[in-house]
Amino acid sequence: MTTLDSAPVRARPRDSRLPDTSGCATGDDWIGLSPDPLDLGTATRWASIASCGAVVAFEGIVREHSHDGDGVTAIDYEVHSRYAVNRMAQIAAAARRQWPELGRIAVWHRTGLVPLTESSVVIAVSAPHRISAFDAARFCIDLVKQCVPVWKHEHRGVDAQPMLDGADITDVTAAARAWLAREQAR
Amino acid sequence: MANLVMFAAARHAAGRGHDDVSGTTLGAVLDHAVARYGDAFADVLSFSRIWVNGEQADSHDVAVTRDDEIAILPPISGG
Repeated sequence: MTTLDSAPVRARPRDSRLPDTSGCATGDDWIGLSPDPLDLGTATRWASIASCGAVVAFEGIVREHSHDGDGVTAIDYEVHSRYAVNRMAQIAAAARRQWPELGRIAVWHRTGLVPLTESSVVIAVSAPHRISAFDAARFCIDLVKQCVPVWKHEHRGVDAQPMLDGADITDVTAAARAWLAREQAR
Repeated sequence: MANLVMFAAARHAAGRGHDDVSGTTLGAVLDHAVARYGDAFADVLSFSRIWVNGEQADSHDVAVTRDDEIAILPPISGG
């Protein structure tokens, strides 16, 4: 396993400050977990390549309320890191199978304590045209929430409780099939 | 014997994130874990997914050794 810093040098902006992150950047996929703040701009710039006219970037941020009520001050993200990166890479691969025209895909997830308004997850997808970029980015974030072993612990003051209203973890193939079926039914 | 790893509500219920638990099948290891950690852990186990070495376990009869990782995965909430 390599780190996010091992992204192809030519693909990185010179001024990028990359977090100390576990994961892998293999060619056109950049998959990573990081205990440090995620920079959406870095992902967007990396995904911007000459063959692609569209980049869709999504950033999930920590908000002050949840299903369990208001007053969230931070979220601690617990990760089964041994398998999370592999699952995220499988999601990128599934997106490429569905949209072979995709350019670059970045899938990053934060680990540890994340304060309000900071990013917990970043997705950036480039494609020649906007429709597949939008669809693939939505596919990626939807599957991250269904397939990657990550758990939120909401902090309210000094309390930190695991959230119990999550989703049963699903394998990427099954989740991709269900996602596409839902899209076709719309 | 197998290496049991527990996350989120499972870790809270067990009071620890990992443990070596005796048993030569998945079912035996889980039975021993319930005996060790009690009803709260059994409750979490009832709504969790079980992975053996990163794969969903199809049966509690699967054989395990000390080299195997059994993961208790309550419903996930990433993103």
